[in-house]
Amino acid sequence: MNGLYQLAVVFGVLVVALTIAAGLIWLERRLLALWQDRYGPNRVGPFGLFQVLADMIKIFTKEDWTAPFADKATFILAPAIIVVTVLLSFAVVPFAPGIVVADLDIGLLFFLGMSSLGVYSVVLAGWSSDNKYSLLGGMRAAAQMLSYEVFMGLSLMGVVVLAGSFSLTAIVEAQRNLWFVVPQFLGFLLFMIAGIAETRRLPFDLPEAESELIAGYHAEYSGMKFGMFFVGEYLGIILISSMITVLFFGGWLGPVLPGIVWFLIKVFFFIAFFILLRAALPRPRFDQLMSWGWKVMLPLTLANVLVTGALVLAFA
Amino acid sequence: MPEGYLAISIFAVCAMALPIVLLVAAKLVRPSAPASTKMEPYECGIPPVSDARGRYTVRFYIIAILFVIFDVETIFLFPWAVRFKQLGWFGVAEVAVFLAILIVGYIWAYKKGALEWV
Repeated sequence: MNGLYQLAVVFGVLVVALTIAAGLIWLERRLLALWQDRYGPNRVGPFGLFQVLADMIKIFTKEDWTAPFADKATFILAPAIIVVTVLLSFAVVPFAPGIVVADLDIGLLFFLGMSSLGVYSVVLAGWSSDNKYSLLGGMRAAAQMLSYEVFMGLSLMGVVVLAGSFSLTAIVEAQRNLWFVVPQFLGFLLFMIAGIAETRRLPFDLPEAESELIAGYHAEYSGMKFGMFFVGEYLGIILISSMITVLFFGGWLGPVLPGIVWFLIKVFFFIAFFILLRAALPRPRFDQLMSWGWKVMLPLTLANVLVTGALVLAFA
Repeated sequence: MPEGYLAISIFAVCAMALPIVLLVAAKLVRPSAPASTKMEPYECGIPPVSDARGRYTVRFYIIAILFVIFDVETIFLFPWAVRFKQLGWFGVAEVAVFLAILIVGYIWAYKKGALEWV
């Protein structure tokens, strides 16, 4: 591909990811309202759509102070890290044939590496705030994200075995006959649970649990810095939905409609599913979350690796 | 340099510029009204009694140690997964031995109570 096309893809992916992230703020509130039998934002513009713009103006004009007791450099760095690392993960996601920033051979490892770096954001935010709630939230986030990152990597082993490649484009192409969700259903469930824990979404939002830790690691944040945590969280949801689509549901593959449309349909299905989880499920205790991870998820992922390997060889 | 990495470098520069642009833009339009009560850590209205950076439970260290063991294990497994078809049954057997050694350690950690969080 020529350079100009590549440049267009680079900016296209950035703009589309950020636009969907902003739109999700509205979508999440509307869907939550629907499932909780209320109206949600419906005053500003048609269906309350301009609420997104109103929120943007609000977040830009809110007072944004750096706490004097906080560690200033890391306090500002922390929200930037989450936005940058999540955005960088989008670089390897293939939206359709040819619409990918860089089809790296190590695409999957790049995604896992970037999601590991995201841990720094919440830990630094919790640590630099010098607030007891923030510190507790940051430590919880560290323990939770580190643990579930292990299971996330292990649950993808079956997909790599079936596709024989780390390149996400190759993984999608390998699903032409059969989506990997069929042979790797257990892997899909484990990856989805780990993904929700990685993005710190309900029901696994223990690092920010507002009823016990106020807002956890971002209790001391306000204005634009808080806004960046917010955008980072929504980008994270889009990223995990995209990865589930790419790894288990055949990415852009589908009949009649063009690839990019199929991709977006699948991604929005999973985004809506995550919002439904938030509307439907209560939050577990932290010890329950950790023992679920190390006592259930880990043995299951290890068994999945071995059984997948043995079955693939037996049928090959 | 391969073409893919050039694109990803441009992407990375744009992504890193974004938070800077956002913070500077917000700085230009936002109000600033410092007040002495805003300058305290938020503790539900009660004056804070001590520094937050105190001691916390050792469980977090144990989780960090477990993470190192099992994440490195993941790294060792990935090369096998990607060359899976060439290695065949020999590879599966070797990974089974590798995992068996780890599982012995896992059972030991389980028995010692490293996975309990109370």
